[in-house]
Amino acid sequence: MYLSDEEKRILDGAQGAGKQKAMELLYALGLTFDAEKLIPVKRAHVALSGQEGDTYWCELLLNGGATCVVPPTTNPYWDTAYLTKFFDVTKEELDLAERTGDVYRRIGAKLTYHCAPGLGTNVPFFGEHVAFSESSATPYVNGALGARSNRESSVSALAAAVIGKTPYYGYHLDEYRLGDFLIDVDADVKDCYDWGILGYCVGKIAGSRNPVLRFKKAVLPTAEDFLYFGAEAATSGAVAMYHMVGITPEAPTIQAAFGGKQVPSAEYVITDKELKAEENSLTPATGKINLVMLGCPHYTYNQLLEVEKLFAGRHVSHDTAFWILAAADAVELAERSYLRQRLELLGVRMVGNTCIDEPCWKSFEGALGVTDSPKCAYYRERRGQPFAIRRLSVCVEAAIKGRLD
Amino acid sequence: MADNMKVYKCRSIVRGSGSGEAVVSRDAMCFYLIDPATGTVIERNHAIQGKSVTGKVLVVQSGKGSSVVQVDGFYQLWVKNNLPSAIIVKEAEPVIVSSAVVVGLTMVDRLEEDPFEIIADGDYVEVDADSQEVRVWKGGKSTD
Repeated sequence: MYLSDEEKRILDGAQGAGKQKAMELLYALGLTFDAEKLIPVKRAHVALSGQEGDTYWCELLLNGGATCVVPPTTNPYWDTAYLTKFFDVTKEELDLAERTGDVYRRIGAKLTYHCAPGLGTNVPFFGEHVAFSESSATPYVNGALGARSNRESSVSALAAAVIGKTPYYGYHLDEYRLGDFLIDVDADVKDCYDWGILGYCVGKIAGSRNPVLRFKKAVLPTAEDFLYFGAEAATSGAVAMYHMVGITPEAPTIQAAFGGKQVPSAEYVITDKELKAEENSLTPATGKINLVMLGCPHYTYNQLLEVEKLFAGRHVSHDTAFWILAAADAVELAERSYLRQRLELLGVRMVGNTCIDEPCWKSFEGALGVTDSPKCAYYRERRGQPFAIRRLSVCVEAAIKGRLD
Repeated sequence: MADNMKVYKCRSIVRGSGSGEAVVSRDAMCFYLIDPATGTVIERNHAIQGKSVTGKVLVVQSGKGSSVVQVDGFYQLWVKNNLPSAIIVKEAEPVIVSSAVVVGLTMVDRLEEDPFEIIADGDYVEVDADSQEVRVWKGGKSTD
């Protein structure tokens, strides 16, 4: 792997231990994947998590004198000022959250605390080389926007932000962006939830391959649809790039998606029957609930509006909590337009800058929760709360009744 | 040179060196599923469930699991001083490489022969990433 003289000096520690450590990581990744060289990036997104290992890495770079030359946007941990009014956490949990915010602030990150940067807080151009971590953000910028990012980890994305470069391999190269295999979709894919279930199906089939989807019925995906599709494909599998024929920018035709090579026959056909079976396998739980949790990935303003429409003035059951985790700008807009206040009167709370996978939510453990996101269910169950997965309209009805039938 | 010792070329991923008894995992590993207090693998149905990696040279197929969780797994072992002394990985992937760099754990790949064929549990192994060499004492190193 080629390193310029300056890059070699950084690797040898001439610009301090922090930059040296960051360069060591980029160099190790480049070597592993036979990258020819490093290339410059002007944009990065770090999947900050508030887990100790990740916070430690940021401290290691900062204490070694490094700061970001490319200010990266970041994922959320949780809004400590707002949520400690509702929930108890231990001193250690609160300290770690504050340590995390502090170190990312000092290294020069943009504290956007938003897990869907491609929707607004950090939007790359078509063809732009970037370093994005967060498993739902990477397929969005590659697939829906046609930008170029590998499936970065939070630590490698921070290293790229500190050095301003990333190793040139994988999805940065034309040949690796081409489709690997074809899936025909002959199903009614309407709302965001359907796109999530479709993504979950596709991820299981694809693993880490790059799928090309051909739709038999016309579809018109929104930004939220692309986001939820990619989030689930990266949860059940490791999909970081996809094509939808006639829809995504690198697949104007099926021939283009495969780079002019022989178009293979469809390896799989997904119909309504497969989607229904997937949904059923994901969502068996019913009964009394104590929580409806939405916003994994973060809800947009349009999704908040949809929630209000479905409630139609009815109120959340007295013994059920209803939390929506949303983009901070969506929460601000909701406040300005009184949507937030109207929803609060119905028992619906929203919070920005917060992830579902954080210690503040532990007080709901021990009873059943409901969500519209398989990814949310996957992470919450690892922490100890069982979740049922339903489309948004069913989540709303369950909240009103306090139980899921 | 002991006659049970052989030297193999490898490729350095994270520099440094480390040595110890070998523990061999043909399964990919998620380090979050190792008990940080003991270094014992607690993942159910895993190839090396119940074995400790602490101070050993770990020969492993690959890594698995999300980046946040894998990095935290390495970190928690490092804090408790229970990391392996070095890792020989058969199929490197970005997250296990990143995790090893974060804690500064010596890692090599691309041994000139299949590591699962030439290294078994109980062999004594020296990993020298800086000279890109792995030295294996079959059945252990005598203490004379």
